[in-house]
Order: sequence, then structure tokens, then C-alpha cells
Amino acid sequence: MEIIDRRPNPHGKNTENRQRVLTRARQAIQTAVRDAAAQGRIREIGQDSAVSIPADVLHEPSFHRHFNAGTRHFVLPGNKEFVKGDRLRRPPGGEGEGAGEGSGAGDQGGGEDSYRFVLSREEFLDLFFDDLELPDLIKREVASITSLATSRSGLTSDGSPSQIDLGRTMRRSMGRRIGLKRPKPQELIAVEAEIDALEEQRPLTDTQFLRLQELRDERTLLRQRLARIPWVDPVDLRYRRFTPVPKPTTQAVIFCIMDVSGSMTEKMKELGKQFFMLLHVFLEKRYEKLEIVFIRHAETAEEVDEDVFFTDPRTGGTVVSTALDLMHDVQRDRFPADKWNIYAAQISDGDNISSDMIKVKHLMTEAILPVVQYFAYVEVSLGGALLRSETDLWRGYKIIADSAPQLAMRQVQDRRDIFPVFRDLFARRATERAGE
Amino acid sequence: MLYSGTDWSFPILRDCYGEIDRIASEELKLDTYPNRIEIITSEQMLDVYTSHGMPISYPHWSAGKRFVSHENAYKRGLMGLAYEVVINSSPCISYLMEENSATMQALVIAHAAFGHNHFFKNNRLFREWTDSTQILDYLEFARGYVARCEERYGVKAVERILDAAHALQNQGVDRHTGSKRLDLRQEQERARERRAYEDEQFNDLWRTLPEGQKPANGKTESGEPLATLGLPEENILYFLEKNAPRLANWEREIIRIVRLIAQYFYPQPQAKLMNEGCATWVHNFIMHRLHDKKLIDDSAILEVIHSTSNVITQRGFDEGGGPNFNPYALGFAMMTDIARVCTDPTAEDRLWFPDHAGNHDPIGTLHHAWAEYRDESFVQQFLSPKVIRDFRLFRLEDDLSQPYLLVDAIHDDAGYREIRRSVAASYDPGLLAEEIEIVGADLTGDRILRLEHRTRPGKLLQPTDARLTLEHLGALWGYGVILKEVDSQTGAELGSYALA
Repeated sequence: MEIIDRRPNPHGKNTENRQRVLTRARQAIQTAVRDAAAQGRIREIGQDSAVSIPADVLHEPSFHRHFNAGTRHFVLPGNKEFVKGDRLRRPPGGEGEGAGEGSGAGDQGGGEDSYRFVLSREEFLDLFFDDLELPDLIKREVASITSLATSRSGLTSDGSPSQIDLGRTMRRSMGRRIGLKRPKPQELIAVEAEIDALEEQRPLTDTQFLRLQELRDERTLLRQRLARIPWVDPVDLRYRRFTPVPKPTTQAVIFCIMDVSGSMTEKMKELGKQFFMLLHVFLEKRYEKLEIVFIRHAETAEEVDEDVFFTDPRTGGTVVSTALDLMHDVQRDRFPADKWNIYAAQISDGDNISSDMIKVKHLMTEAILPVVQYFAYVEVSLGGALLRSETDLWRGYKIIADSAPQLAMRQVQDRRDIFPVFRDLFARRATERAGE
Repeated sequence: MLYSGTDWSFPILRDCYGEIDRIASEELKLDTYPNRIEIITSEQMLDVYTSHGMPISYPHWSAGKRFVSHENAYKRGLMGLAYEVVINSSPCISYLMEENSATMQALVIAHAAFGHNHFFKNNRLFREWTDSTQILDYLEFARGYVARCEERYGVKAVERILDAAHALQNQGVDRHTGSKRLDLRQEQERARERRAYEDEQFNDLWRTLPEGQKPANGKTESGEPLATLGLPEENILYFLEKNAPRLANWEREIIRIVRLIAQYFYPQPQAKLMNEGCATWVHNFIMHRLHDKKLIDDSAILEVIHSTSNVITQRGFDEGGGPNFNPYALGFAMMTDIARVCTDPTAEDRLWFPDHAGNHDPIGTLHHAWAEYRDESFVQQFLSPKVIRDFRLFRLEDDLSQPYLLVDAIHDDAGYREIRRSVAASYDPGLLAEEIEIVGADLTGDRILRLEHRTRPGKLLQPTDARLTLEHLGALWGYGVILKEVDSQTGAELGSYALA
């Protein structure tokens, strides 16, 4: 008999198998994740969360019978009052259900109707944003190499002691020692021991004396060689080499511009906020360094912090150009285009003072569109949208969008639309970016 | 006193094992494989569950699926973990959870390391069908082989074969070939040699030869007569492994792995009732003997009684019990009853069990039962009127043409035999398994594989699953498959599935 303590053994034997389940059920889990996101508040997206997927995705079929006609017998325990010949009402569940002989399976075979997965934040977001991508990310990254990082690149024969590669150095030292036949210290010790032994004995026979002489010569030789061939020689030294490698910048700034004028109802603002939150979570996942600038505007624009942006009510008229102006200033001062990936998203109901449109167009074409990688304009319109003609802003942007692929425009009418529109805007390989 | 309180330590485990061993070998005359006891955490226990209690398993998503559902059930408190899991191998490995109290550790050592262990070593089913000394090595080999295939051919390609083979694993066992013990070690050697040969012969240039010029796939195509295919064949996986025209060698090997493992597990469910009954009876006996010998204290024996009675509770039909019995409950009751009949028989027992009533050799009688029976025959032979009365068993007739269920036998003189027959039938693998056979495969013609499911009206295959499984079968076969459901008495066709 032996007792083995297995507790220190590596745990999580099934992590890999669990990953395989996720891969296999990816489609279903993705749907479930998106449903969960649509139901829950968007701000909570990305907390550890459980999703359920229908069992048939992971169903393992087999040949088995089910009972659907004829007669069968089964024995049950716990009789209290029945006597032979009693008739019992059939329990609910219907034909072929429940008490099956052997296979005991219901109509759909499985038995379990859904699987519940607890996903980590990483997994959840991965699935949630699976087929989405920031447009033109690569292009700009390559175009704007700004920082340098050091990277390992082989070995070198000189360098700072802190970079010494001990393994390589010792390997070379050993090779050299073997090559040059450096005596092993043990050999010397053995010879010395023998000499000592002989010196102890007196008187010595002739052969012993000759042997002693021989040994003494040998000892000198060994000592010389040992001294001459060093254990580690400067030629053995190897250092790790680092070379600077250009590193694409991975910092981004996103400008969230929202119209908070009187014409925007609370419901519209709510839609806008949800869109921004989604964008926030999405970008946060893609970028190591992400800055967000919140700009809200009525007849004047101001930069606010997140809390104010999402919670503070404010009303007034609408002058869009003020916001664009402010964005342009902030961008120029703090986020130079050669160092930052710049994104902008604007939410508005499309109202603007007609006289402002010229300025808007000018700002967009001259100042903003040339520096941003993506400008998403989302117009919220509630109810009766079909009857409405195009808004001032929509019309104005549409003209620009025809010649500027980085400007994308969408309309959102309902909470349900937010994610589809979002996906639409950031879907991979989006060919058509502007307008409908 | 072996210990006091609830905490255990390794010396305590060793002492307990020694005392239990003495009782088991001297008083119960148990004959066991050498034991190996492994202490694991609850998380590791979940892992063990996932792989059907085997310590090693090849990677597959279905294991992940089981893991997730066990994990969910456990975390939500729907399911407690077993105190132990035991593996039919030599040495016999018992997993003990670290959370168990000292008493529970002693109990599960008695239960698993002696009860189950004796049963594994002595029961005819296991003796004839499984080779416990080699299974661990074979599983190790299987895991390595599958992993290497994944490396070489990709996870997807391997998964395709495994999925299909898993769907057919119930049709991957030889049920009737009698005592044919698998030589797993030889299996491993065989595969290793073949692989080495393949590696030796591997030449990347072959890949560049145009496909069409290959001599058309082997000998089977040149028109082997049907007889050499060994039809009809009930072991579908075996047939596919040998004859499927389109499989690569490694694919055949993977099918073989699934098939052999399925074969290894085949006897297990057929003796579950007895196995659990035996282990529970043994641990109950040993723990009480420990108490009699004053080796454990009163609080410990109360814990034993509490735990055992939890395990052997059979809930009534109206409390969620049945139609499948709690194997611990019925098994333990029957073992206890056999011992009682041997030592203290009533007139009724003498009438029903003339062979062993009053023979005053309960241990010998139980040993005989444990060795020579499986659940079905065990129930048929040993289920006594007293147990039927204790469980208050009754039989229902379920005639789907009637709007009601008829009580047609209860625990009285008229009903004992009827009930016993029905309970035994519910454990009969011959009645439970689907009788599906390959009856034809025209390798020279259209290559359509023909299968027959011999059954009775009203007991047809579950259609959705049958179709899905057939697709898997088709994936392995590579050509069309037709499955007919045939009335085993009249020969009439009851239904059919076809896959082009």
C-alpha cells in the first residue's frame, strides 16, 4: 500500500478542454454574450458573467431507443396504498417522456437543456467584439513609428557585465578547456596525495624515489598548465545583445462629442451614452493606452469629465461647430496626430443652426478629417423617423462623406439598434463606410 | 484508539489502513489488488469526474463540457462530490478528498480500497473483460497518440474522428465474444511499431505524386467477397476501423483507441448495483468491527452510521426515486439480506433460497455472489421477498394506448416473482442495448453501408439523435449509409434512415 499526496500536483487539468468547448460553441456563446449585453446595462459589460447556451450545440448524439408505443413494465419503490389492479393517472410529461427503460431520455435525447458558462472578462469581451476592428489601425501605425523598444538579437563578445550570458559563456569556457586539455583539479590533487604518501615513507626504495621525482615533475607541469589555461578566459565571454527596434505606437485618443441641447431628449441622450460606453469598452480592449476626451455642446462646447458627461443634465441651443472647434484645439494641443491614433464619435439629433453649417463643413474637411482615423457620426432619432426629412447635419456630413472614407454615418432609433450599428461601424473589412 | 476528533494525518491514514487491512483479510477474507491511495483536492476531484474516473484522458471538448456542467452544479451547491473515486486498475487507485474527516477517510478506505477493489479483482465480468494491470499504461499511450496526431494533422481533423467515434462508442464493443481479454500492452506495442515503420518509410516526395495514379485503394476494392468482411457485424467501430475505405491509418488507430476504451468500460455499468452494494456492505462491516475492537470511538461510529444511511436512502417513487434504483441502497440491502438468510433464515427464506438459507457461511456465500454474478443475474437469483417488502416495490404496466397506468404487481405473494423478474430485466444489458448490426457493404459497387436495427414496434431509435449519429457514421465510412429498423419478430420494416 502506498499513500500519495496529489494535492500539490498541477490543477486545472481541464482548462484546455474548457477552451475547446468555448471554441466549439463559439457561435452560440457569441450570440448568448450579445444577448446578455443587450439585456444588461452596457456599463456592466465585461464583468465576469455567466451565459447560457442551448444544449444542442454541444449535444453528443448516439443511437438510443425511445419508447413511444406498446406496453412496458417498470418497478418503483415506496408503495403506500396501491393494490394490484389500481389504475393511476399518467403523470404529466406525455408520451415517451420520463420513466424510460434504460435510456430514460426525453424526446430530444439530451436531458440537459442548456449549458451555463461563467466567462472571464477577457473571454467575454473577446467573444463580444470578436469580428470588430478599428478601421485603418494598421495603416496609421505603420505610418507613424514613434517610439523605439529594445529587443534581443543574438550575442556579442563585449558588453556590460550585467548582460553577460552565463550559460553561453560557460559552455564556451568548457569547450576551450577540453580543447586545450586543461588538467582537471582532481588530477593534481591525486598526484599531490601520492607525493604526500611517498614523502611520508622513509627510507624510499629506488623505484619509489624515481616515482617521486616523476610525480614532482608531473605536479609542476599540472600546476603550470592550470595556471596558464584559465578557467574562464575573456575570449569565452558572451553578452546578450539588444538592438533598438521601432515600435508602432499603440496609443489612441477618442473624442466623444455629444449634443446636449434642448432638442435632445433624455431618451436620445441615453442612447448616445450607451453607444459611447460600448465604444469605451471596445477601445480599452484594443489599446494599451487610451485617452478619452468628453466634449458636450449646446450653443457652446466644453470639455468635461466622464461623470459629468454621462450624468449631468444641461440644455440650450445647438451650435455644432463649437464642439468641433474645441476638439480641434484639444487635439492640436495635447494629441499630435503623428503620435496618436485619433478617433471621434459624435452623437446628435442632427439639429444645427443653418448658418453654422458652413463652418462645420469647413472645420471637418480642413481640420478634423485629415487627422482622424475614423469619425463616426451617429444620429439618434426617436419615433416618426421615417417621416422626417434629412437633418441639416446629416445632409452636410453626407456631402463630405462621399469624398472622405473615414467619416461614417449611421442612424439609431432604438436601444436595440445600438449594438448592430456599432458592429456595422466597426465590422471587419467594411467596404462601404459612408451613408446609406 | 486509532485517532480522535476529525482531523486526519498521514500516520493516521496508515494506521487505519493497517487495522482495516487486518479485518478485511482475516475476517472477510478479501482478495485485493495492491492499493494506492491518493489524496486530492475538490478541484482535482472535479477533474477526475470529468474523465470518467480515469487519471489520464486524451484531450477532447466533451471532457470540457462535462467539466463545465459538473463545475456549475458543484459551485451552485446542486451536487456534492463523492468522498472517493476508485479505479479498476492494478494497483487499484483510490482518490480520497482532503476535506474528508478522519472517520470518512477510514470509511472510504474500507469502501474503495477493499470493497470495490475486491469486487474488481474477483468478479467474473471484470476478470474476463478487463486487464487491470495495463489500463493505465494504455490510457497514457492513448493520450500521447492523440496529442501527436493533433500536432501532425491538426486538432480539427482529430476532433472529427473522435466526435464520430464517440457517437458510436456504444456500438464499439464486442458483447458476445465471451472471454476475450484485451491485451492492452500488446496494443500499444503494435501501434508503436506501426508508427515507427511509417516514420521510417516517410518520404515527402510521395505527397507530390498525382493522386489519380495510385493503385485504387488496397485489396478490398478488387472485390472481396462479403464473407471476408465478417458480416453481419455488431461492432460498428471495429468494422469501420478495418474496412472503411477512406480512412488514413492514424484515423483507424484513433477509432481503435475509442473502441478499446469503450470496451474496457463496458462491464462497469453491468455490475454497478453489486459493486456498490459490495463496497457499502464491506465498509459497514469493517467500520463496525473497528468500533467493536475499540479502535474508533462512539462519535466516529455515529458519523459512519449517519453517512452510510445517507448513502443508502432509497427515495420512494413519489419523492423522486425510481424507476432507477439507488444502487447503494438496493445493493446494500441485498448484501445484508444474503448475510441474514445465511445465519438467521425464516421459513420463507428456506423456501426461496434452499441453497444457502441457514448455511452459516455468510462470507463464503457473499464471495460466491460477488464473483459469479452480474446485476441482472444477481437480482434474479438473490432478490428476496423481504427486500421487496422493505422497499415496498410495486410494478406498473405502462400501456400507451391506455390513459392510465396499471398497478399489476405489488409486494405480496402473487407479486414477488413478477417484480423480481422486472427488476432483473431492468439491469439486463441484452434488453437495454440497441441491437444494431452492419448487414451489408458493397465495396465493389455503390459502397453503401447497410445497417439494421432489430427491435420491436414502439421501441424505435430516437429520430433526431439517430440522424445525427448516422451523419457521424457516414463521416467515417465516407460513402452513403442506410439504417433500417426491422421488427425482430416479423421482419417487417419499421422505419429507415438514409444518408447519401
